[in-house]
Amino acid sequence: MTTGKLELDTATVRRARALAKKVGRPIVKIAQQHTTISVERATLRLAGLSGADTEGTPWVNRLSDVVRADVGLEHGISLAVWDALVRGEAEDLVTLAQKASAGSVTFRLPDGRDAVRARSAAKKQVGAGIRRIDARRRERDRLIKKLGDAPRKPWIYLIVATGDIHEDIPQAQQAAREGADVIAVIRSTGQSLLDYVPEGATREGFAGTYATQENFRLMRAALDESGKELGRYIRLTNYASGLCMPEIAALAGLERLDMMLNDSMYGILFRDINPIRTFVDQRFSRQVHARAGIIINTGEDNYLTTDDAIDAAHTVTTSQLLNEYFAKEAGLEDWQLGLGHAFEIDPEVPDSFRLELAHAMLARDLFPNAPLKWMPPTRHMTGDVFKGYLLDGFFNLVGALTGQGILLVGMMTEAVVTPWLSDRDLALQNVRYVMNAAGSLHEDFRPTPDGFIATRARQVLGESIDLLERIVDHDSAHGAGLLDAIADGTFGLMKRPANAGRGLEGVARKSSLYFNPASDLLEEK
Amino acid sequence: MTIIRPYGDTTGDGMVQLSFTLPIAHSKIAEGAAVQLANKMGMDPALVVHAKPMGPDFTFFVVYGRVHHLVDPSKVVVIERDYPLLTPKEVNAAVKSTLRRRLVVVGGCIGTDAHTVGIDAILNIKGFAGEKGLEYYRELKVVNLGAQVSVPQLVERAVEEKADAVLVSQVVTQRDAHMLNTREMSAAFREAFPSAKRPLLVVGGPRFDETMAEELGVDRVFTRGTTPGEVASYLVHRLTGTGPDNEKEAS
Repeated sequence: MTTGKLELDTATVRRARALAKKVGRPIVKIAQQHTTISVERATLRLAGLSGADTEGTPWVNRLSDVVRADVGLEHGISLAVWDALVRGEAEDLVTLAQKASAGSVTFRLPDGRDAVRARSAAKKQVGAGIRRIDARRRERDRLIKKLGDAPRKPWIYLIVATGDIHEDIPQAQQAAREGADVIAVIRSTGQSLLDYVPEGATREGFAGTYATQENFRLMRAALDESGKELGRYIRLTNYASGLCMPEIAALAGLERLDMMLNDSMYGILFRDINPIRTFVDQRFSRQVHARAGIIINTGEDNYLTTDDAIDAAHTVTTSQLLNEYFAKEAGLEDWQLGLGHAFEIDPEVPDSFRLELAHAMLARDLFPNAPLKWMPPTRHMTGDVFKGYLLDGFFNLVGALTGQGILLVGMMTEAVVTPWLSDRDLALQNVRYVMNAAGSLHEDFRPTPDGFIATRARQVLGESIDLLERIVDHDSAHGAGLLDAIADGTFGLMKRPANAGRGLEGVARKSSLYFNPASDLLEEK
Repeated sequence: MTIIRPYGDTTGDGMVQLSFTLPIAHSKIAEGAAVQLANKMGMDPALVVHAKPMGPDFTFFVVYGRVHHLVDPSKVVVIERDYPLLTPKEVNAAVKSTLRRRLVVVGGCIGTDAHTVGIDAILNIKGFAGEKGLEYYRELKVVNLGAQVSVPQLVERAVEEKADAVLVSQVVTQRDAHMLNTREMSAAFREAFPSAKRPLLVVGGPRFDETMAEELGVDRVFTRGTTPGEVASYLVHRLTGTGPDNEKEAS
């Protein structure tokens, strides 16, 4: 039995998936046994707490820090917070947060009937937030039906990144007019390492714009306006990553964002965030995305920008398999899995295009029902914009031949300037030409079963299985080979031990009393 | 010295190509405006070979034409980097063969500065401008302390890690905080280490002036646009005293 155009052996594919599950399962267990300060803050955000004090520290941070100091993090903060509300310490969450930071409330862990009352009050208030996310999801479905969806696949994905939300808006609207189906607002550099979500509309960022609830709201409203003008729903993308991943996911659900960058290991490897913190935050944020009908985009392209795109091709496949496992475990469906991969092979390598095609087809055949996110060349884009334009054309051709779902439009001025108006226009002409000329070529194209492309794809899948086997067999101090493999530098050459990294102080092992209404509601389903 | 002119297909023809966007709807007037711009830039004759409307308010042009300017290469002035630029492989090889251990780099943002953009661009594996950060280099041990590190903390960690180099990034410059912080930092290191044992002090940020190293008491100042490769090459140059492949840089 074989599957897909590459005629992959179905037993081998099954084996790869079974190994991913074996690697991932202990991680899920660890995620279930721990909570993080950001999961608890996300719960407060779902309950409707927003805003910040005069210094700009969000109330969710203020309140959760005080509760943590009083009763610890290991029980979750909900019991103590809603116990205080039920006791009448304050009439609402904001007032409670204000009183708590002024030191005029002491929190306690309720028991008996008090605990029951606190739990039920918490469940009611957080439940309203989840229902709000459900409503935003229905609203998206309605708008797509009313306005129309993107006219074709792949969806054309364009980036704006001015640092100023009020500059981003006209740029995003112009990009939509020019043909973008998806707008991504790049975040300010360094936001992933902030342990709070900034508040309000922001006008200064570094190489990007801060992700805030207000910025989300403003951009959503602007793109809905564009959708009406253009007769098609324009999707909005941001980043659920870094130390505040769960909170950003909650805000995305509340403000009807459509896609979120959300990778299971990116923060660990590339931002040195503590592995346990990341896996706990990941699971919660993916549960929120599943509920909100948000498509996640995973970050496998990053492996190829840090390691050789040929030698490390199998780490992409391995990561895709793990991302798929973690995503499905958290409740995401196939149509929500924008698994990432990228066109990053050195164009000087002989047969580089055939190798790219082999890797992209492998992703397509392994994940036939996932949209797949196809990322353009960056590493081998030089100041030679003419050559870069050609390379982007070949990138688009691979996209057409392998039915990619989401195509991040490559700019010939990559690594030269932030895209000019004309760069974007030329890039879109490039995409349109290729899709017009060869968009259906995949109907005619079938690689020879024992040819270069099929053989290479089988080799990469084989190496990926070997790597998964090595991870399963890894000596394990933590009961999870993946944590030890990450600690040993198996991925992207980075060594990230489980007991180090940023945000570790915000992790706690759950006590037997642990209670979090958001997790309970998201697990139900 | 030979005087030269741009070359299209005949010596001395002076032909150049140019592309740009004007914020004007496409029309005969727009094309005329493009020719006018090219003329003012010194292209004469200028030929608009391509004009394409981009939305209702913009037009993109490609213009070919002749320039009459003469170029004298003997009068070109360039500022040379005083250390050779190495690839990560060369950096690793140089460290391995001379230090025979990993070169230790401790970095962070000092004072109240919470902007880790600069230090992360240089240290994080993700890197900057298409180059991987120092964490990517096998022979470098990188300890990134992140934001809001106090000077005593930085010194303590440098001692603990036996740092060969200390990298400090300063983005916030209100009331010259970056200069004050840097001076405080360099003074603290001078106090804590005998001069022969002091780690190399490197500071970077968008508002620094590269010529101020001495005044600030540091070994090197890097400014806007510095890439991880440049920093790694500098560290190797100063700390291994090898400076391999110097001839490669001769130009």
